Amino acid sequence: MQGTAMKNEKFLNATSIFRSQATTQTSSKSVRGESASPVKKNIKIKVESFNFYYGNTWALKNIQIAIKENNVVGIIGPSGCGKSTFLRCINRMNDIIKNTRAEGFIYIDGKNIYEKDQDVVTLRRDVGMVFQKSNPFPKSVFENVAYGLRINGVKDQRVIAQKVEKSLKDAAIWDEVKDRLSDSPFSLSGGQQQRLCIARALAIEPRILLLDEPASALDPIATSKVEELIHQLKKEYTIIIVTHNMQQAARVSDFSAFFMMGELIEYDATSKIFTNPSNKITEDYVTGRFG
Amino acid sequence: MKKNYVSQFIGFTFLRFCVFIVIGILLIILWDVFSKGACAISWEFLTKAPTNGMTKGGIFPAIVGTFFVTVITAALSIPLGMGCAIFLNEYAKDTKITRLIRMSIRNLSGVPSIVYGLFGVVLFVQILNLSTSMLAAGMTLGLMTLPWTITASEEALKSIPNSYREGSLALGATKWQAIRTNVLPYSIPGMLTGVILGLSRAAGETAPILFTGAAFFLPFLPKSLSDQFMALPYHLYIMATQHHDIEGVRPLAYGTALVLITFVFGMNIFSVVLRYQLRKIKKE
Amino acid sequence: MQKRHLDEELRILTTDLLKMAALVEDAIHNSTEALKKKDKELAEVTICADKKIDELENIVEERCIDLFALFQPVAIDLRFIATAIHINAELERMADLAVNICQRAMELPEQSAVKALADISKLSDIAKTMVKKAIDAFVDRNEELAQEVILTDKEANRLRNDIIRELVYDHMAKDGSVVPRTIPLLLAARDLERICDHACAIAEDVIYMIRAKVVKHHRELL
Repeated sequence: MQGTAMKNEKFLNATSIFRSQATTQTSSKSVRGESASPVKKNIKIKVESFNFYYGNTWALKNIQIAIKENNVVGIIGPSGCGKSTFLRCINRMNDIIKNTRAEGFIYIDGKNIYEKDQDVVTLRRDVGMVFQKSNPFPKSVFENVAYGLRINGVKDQRVIAQKVEKSLKDAAIWDEVKDRLSDSPFSLSGGQQQRLCIARALAIEPRILLLDEPASALDPIATSKVEELIHQLKKEYTIIIVTHNMQQAARVSDFSAFFMMGELIEYDATSKIFTNPSNKITEDYVTGRFG
Repeated sequence: MKKNYVSQFIGFTFLRFCVFIVIGILLIILWDVFSKGACAISWEFLTKAPTNGMTKGGIFPAIVGTFFVTVITAALSIPLGMGCAIFLNEYAKDTKITRLIRMSIRNLSGVPSIVYGLFGVVLFVQILNLSTSMLAAGMTLGLMTLPWTITASEEALKSIPNSYREGSLALGATKWQAIRTNVLPYSIPGMLTGVILGLSRAAGETAPILFTGAAFFLPFLPKSLSDQFMALPYHLYIMATQHHDIEGVRPLAYGTALVLITFVFGMNIFSVVLRYQLRKIKKE
Repeated sequence: MQKRHLDEELRILTTDLLKMAALVEDAIHNSTEALKKKDKELAEVTICADKKIDELENIVEERCIDLFALFQPVAIDLRFIATAIHINAELERMADLAVNICQRAMELPEQSAVKALADISKLSDIAKTMVKKAIDAFVDRNEELAQEVILTDKEANRLRNDIIRELVYDHMAKDGSVVPRTIPLLLAARDLERICDHACAIAEDVIYMIRAKVVKHHRELL
């Protein structure tokens, strides 16, 4: 894997990856750098000359990005900059939108997911997604989490019960719902519902977790709980989070990507983006001088 | 400012007036039917066949006929309608053809019922050689209610938030799994409501069954699907317009009308209760 | 209470500051020892050790800036990190003063054995205690300890005045030839007192952190 990663980087030869790597190494003293594991991480997701179109609208323009395993990548940018679109390209959720077209490559563990033989269903099992508006299904709390297991053919009730419990624990919501597993999820608070949705995504054990503005509808307390959860989850998952809240990206992410008008303006270590961005546009955006 | 309030008052008063008129007409009809028909209702009226050239006796065969025809209608239009709706709403791409199909379906619901009757005669009675029978009549009514069923089912499917579908797909469900496990269970109450409302309308139709299977008078109950049958609306039509002693059988006609209205109302109430119950189960 | 990963970052920050304070205490101690024993080697070692403190200063500063940028701290978190930045700078200044003392030690001729050395040693102890207490006050958020440090400053001032008076009147005024070997001691005394002043500044910042009240230049608010 190490070898592939090296080769990939060489092959990619994009400034962003070299820059970001240099930053991780020199910033071992910086906040994020030191808390990150010293082991050199593999590239989990590599996006190359990726373009996306809604009809005639060029929504994503020549995106290049490489995301390392067990990192949290925050995607920031003004509304309509394509950040959600980009996220939904990674598990091909955009496929269900009519009249769209994707060009280019997104490699996950070295395999291009836009290859013809890629099974979308398998892809989505590996790449979990949590939506902006928490969307618990009108089933019991337990059945919500068990849903993914059931549709993926798990029949053994004991296994299901175990995995549901583990997912709820991983999503840091077990203590709050363990006595109300058969209740409707709509009796939970907004933050609990969102963590339930995260638990539901975790139940099928994905490798990558995509979070589309997971805290935008939550109050500050619930938001900070979700953020702490993200921090916990990065030990086991590679996480990409879209957020219109820059501060949130700063708090939770190791790397940040700034999108504007469908272009990736800057991608670098979060501490770099928020203390000394290389690009003037990024600086204007993160300092609020934008527009 | 005052002027605005005055115009608001006038506007609302007008709207209220409209509502009162509609409710008033409904109440008058109900009152008319109920007051004149209630005296005809008796146990005998509900359980006996008509006698003495339909001037005496009951309407039992008509009740039975209407009931079974409605069942046949449901058996045809529910699966077909729901299937169409699911395909159109969930699978079909938004192309010119599907738009054309949708438009045709909307238009079909506006086709006069007598046209369905004639179509039924041609298709079921003559081409499929079913003769004038309960089956032919039921299928004709089924065809007639299809546009309603499809439209109502589609509306029910549309009311299911997209997040259920996306959430399901994002968990690695196939499209069919997502629809079967996360869309249909929640849209069925809404679908059934629409479908039953359509059926209740079909139950009151005369024209489509006029040529396809309803009999003027039968002294016995239908024994199989290929028998002719008596139906409440047709019976009412005859009693009110074709009978040799219209004035004499008027109370019986009102009684029949009351039974028919009750039947239709019963179905409507059933659909409401059913929806309420299903919703309650889903919420748990 | 909700567990936050900012707390983990703050803990690391605190540890770094403690590490730095320990190094500074060592530097003060060693510089005075070098002065007392005229140990040029120890002085050199201590001067070299300052590099480590300088490096640590940069690390802590960068960490603080990152924490500001990434966590947008407010209230106690904000005051904590702001204070940490101050303390960081103060500690580094102290270390520089210790280096000054080491340089004095290296300038000091062999034969100088003045009574003032005992007082300088005492002043050095006071300085060390003040640094330690100020840092403890910061770590434990202990306001009383911080106030204690501020009060000790008077003692340090008095001691320095005593030393200078002694050196000037008892030695330099009587015998002009001792001036070259007395001046380094005089400067060392001044440096040590400055260290005490920096410790005092830390204590003031700690009080600011705890009470959100600026007592710097407003001793009456203590």
